[in-house]
Amino acid sequence: MNIYVLLKKTFDTEEAISVSGGKIDDSGAEFIINPYDEYAVEEAIQQRDAHGGTVTVVTIGDQDSEKQLRTALAMGADHAVLINTDDDLDEGDQFTTAKILEKFFEDKEVDLILAGNVAIDEASGQVGPRLAERLDMPFITTIVKLDIVDGTATIEKDVEGDLERIEVSLPVLVTCQQGLNEPRYTSLPGIMKAKKKPLEQLELDDLDLDENDVAAKTATIAVFLPPTKQAGRILAGETEVQVKELVDLLRNEAKVM
Amino acid sequence: MSKKILVIGELQQGDLRKVSYETIAAAKQLDVDAEIIALVMGDGDLQKPAHDMIQYGADRAITVTHANLSNYTSEGYGQVIMEVMREENPAGIIMGHTSIGKDVTPKIASRLELGLISDAVAIEKEDDQVVFTRPIYSGKAFEKKVMKDDGLLFATIRPNNISALQHDASRTGDITAKKVDVKDLRTIVKEVIRKKTEGVDLSEAKIVIAGGRGVKSAEGFKALYELAELLGGAVGASRGACDADYCEYSLQIGQTGKVVTPDLYIAVGISGAIQHMAGMSNSKVIVAINSDAEANIFNMADYGIVGDLFEVLPLLIKEMKLEGALIS
Repeated sequence: MNIYVLLKKTFDTEEAISVSGGKIDDSGAEFIINPYDEYAVEEAIQQRDAHGGTVTVVTIGDQDSEKQLRTALAMGADHAVLINTDDDLDEGDQFTTAKILEKFFEDKEVDLILAGNVAIDEASGQVGPRLAERLDMPFITTIVKLDIVDGTATIEKDVEGDLERIEVSLPVLVTCQQGLNEPRYTSLPGIMKAKKKPLEQLELDDLDLDENDVAAKTATIAVFLPPTKQAGRILAGETEVQVKELVDLLRNEAKVM
Repeated sequence: MSKKILVIGELQQGDLRKVSYETIAAAKQLDVDAEIIALVMGDGDLQKPAHDMIQYGADRAITVTHANLSNYTSEGYGQVIMEVMREENPAGIIMGHTSIGKDVTPKIASRLELGLISDAVAIEKEDDQVVFTRPIYSGKAFEKKVMKDDGLLFATIRPNNISALQHDASRTGDITAKKVDVKDLRTIVKEVIRKKTEGVDLSEAKIVIAGGRGVKSAEGFKALYELAELLGGAVGASRGACDADYCEYSLQIGQTGKVVTPDLYIAVGISGAIQHMAGMSNSKVIVAINSDAEANIFNMADYGIVGDLFEVLPLLIKEMKLEGALIS
């Protein structure tokens, strides 16, 4: 099977967020593989181990994105592709990303594409479905189980807590939800091997695209932090008194009941 | 002639979800003079939901009934929405940022090469331009977004953030049953397994009672459910509680998991890791109950009780029951 994983680097979830010059300040921030994309990498490796084939991880980013690709290779992916848009694009949106990926996949034989169901930074969840539509491929989002037998995928999809069991023929694009698997940690031998695995670098030019072809449809005009919240009141006294006071405050001061 | 805005009424087991009404209010914010058309689709009689959408402010409704719409598929819903778009040529489309909204809107946007703004929590007009505010980094920050050209205003809205208009039982409007041949579905829903507990949807709940590791067991969560039921709220959890198998991952609130913005958030036995705070910090009022006075959650809480949750919760339940008895 030809398995592809769409991967994005994101801020480490531990990072506090600050804004400078109307943008998120990423100086000094630690980056990780988007946690939902990690489920995609893990699932791709498990499916390859069960059915044979190769796993290729693809990211759009800058030179620093190599780090997350190497991590995916250390987990067990076979190939990595970095589409480096650092020189060509100042800003893009989900249309931009899907358009670039569409071009990348144009000449590829694909059985399965996996992605995270959402990235924890921009959190639109658009790119997977957008790409599938451009490739005229069915897609299933937020999957928590994937069984492939004779070219047919049986999928369990999380629907806000309920489950749907869905059947679809390959090729298909799926986006991964928490609960699908437990992503493995990288091992030292894995990390050593990853250094020698192929990592292809492409720019827009290599995909016969220029910045006008992928011009964003939406623009961000401001970024701001929510108002900081003041620490509130710690109630005092006997527990029973505190509970009575709390109920009174919720009803009469906060007026939320 | 006034512009048209299309909103989607989303059915869940036969009833409209609350966010459906909120899409009508959002449509008014796009253009107060627009004609608002509600689309409702499914495989049964859709007169009632269509009528409800009108009473909540839609000017008219279109219903599409087809056996292939009994379960949601992106292909089925996508065909219907695009067919209605072709016919009505709306200037805007608003849908809830729900499991279905998240799934079908990017498909349509991609097919028609449109911009799409997902998960908006506020809509304003600034110098005649429509500006959408949406959370990023799970609510650690916000961004304001606009469409770059004068094309379609296409957005999904987060439940519980844009208030629905007043229900008006005297409102009437046309309801048109439209025929769409929903076909060539490549994905087949074989089975729907209801796992969600009865009651209020977590993402739409006005009150959320969330438990963390401090709750200590699945058994311990029972008191949270009791309190939630009493208050008409929903139960959520921290990652720690989910990892420890006290509850399902679908209840997880945080940077991975759900982001919720209820009126009242009661955090029980939750320490307040930054990842969890991202998922609930924009709640209107936060109550923390924790035995550790140093717990980070108290920095975010409007009201805090330092104490043993196994002592506090039963008292709180008792007090709420008393309150309930007083009101009724």
